[in-house]
Amino acid sequence: MDQNLYSAEGLAGVVFLGLLAATVAGALIAVNAKRLVRSVAGLSLCFTGVAGLYYFLNSPFVALMELLIYVGAVCVAIIFAVMLAEPRAEEKVGKSSGLGSLFGVIAGGLVFIGLATVSTKSHWSIAKTKINTGSVTELGSSLMTSYSMVFELISVVLLVAIIGALVLALPGRDKE
Amino acid sequence: MMLFLSSQLNTYLIIGAFLFACGIYGLLQHRSLIGMLISGELVLSGASVNMMAFNRFLAPDPTVGQIFTLFIMGIAAAEAAIALSIIIAVYRNYKTIDAEDLQDLQG
Repeated sequence: MDQNLYSAEGLAGVVFLGLLAATVAGALIAVNAKRLVRSVAGLSLCFTGVAGLYYFLNSPFVALMELLIYVGAVCVAIIFAVMLAEPRAEEKVGKSSGLGSLFGVIAGGLVFIGLATVSTKSHWSIAKTKINTGSVTELGSSLMTSYSMVFELISVVLLVAIIGALVLALPGRDKE
Repeated sequence: MMLFLSSQLNTYLIIGAFLFACGIYGLLQHRSLIGMLISGELVLSGASVNMMAFNRFLAPDPTVGQIFTLFIMGIAAAEAAIALSIIIAVYRNYKTIDAEDLQDLQG
């Protein structure tokens, strides 16, 4: 393989390292920031990095969906909630007292070490042949054939979620 | 060689494990409900990264993992909508989103 930094593979590798750094830094900011707005900003940085990882995994459609749904919709909705319900600035935000952080570090570290060990030590068997290329056309046709039931079910779930969100947030609006 | 990380399965698996662990840490460490919701989204995206990595490197049918990830996104969007409206309702009644102040049902 060509290991020159200025070849196409080398530049793609540099871009990939940047995406990895964005993902890791965004996740760390999201869980460690003092203020909630900065947490949401870190979350959107992390999701942008993850969308780039999806692009490297041969799935540009899922990468675009990640940007549209997570960065464009979920993060904006969370920011609206922060604007409606953030505690006042003088109160302590975010962090819990020492014990919660300690348990968090222990549990998170154990989970990370366990999962990383399992995934690097296991022997993954690669499929002999691929039956299609995973393009957007094949994605759409299998959504309409093999997975049409799941597709319908998730639309029902989204409808119920929208109605449920309205029902939950509606009472009390006229009092204020 | 650092420049060829993108063609190895383990890179993606470790990133997925890292996102999952960050989510667990944030769930235990955050006090506000919105912070917990943000950590939950990190857990879900760690699962999605794992799915996409197996889909790219191991699966015989490369559409399955993409569809799974799209459904995870749909579930996560529904979950965020419901959780945010619950948080708004809690804030209206208690004037706080700190999880440790919500103790009405604590024995």
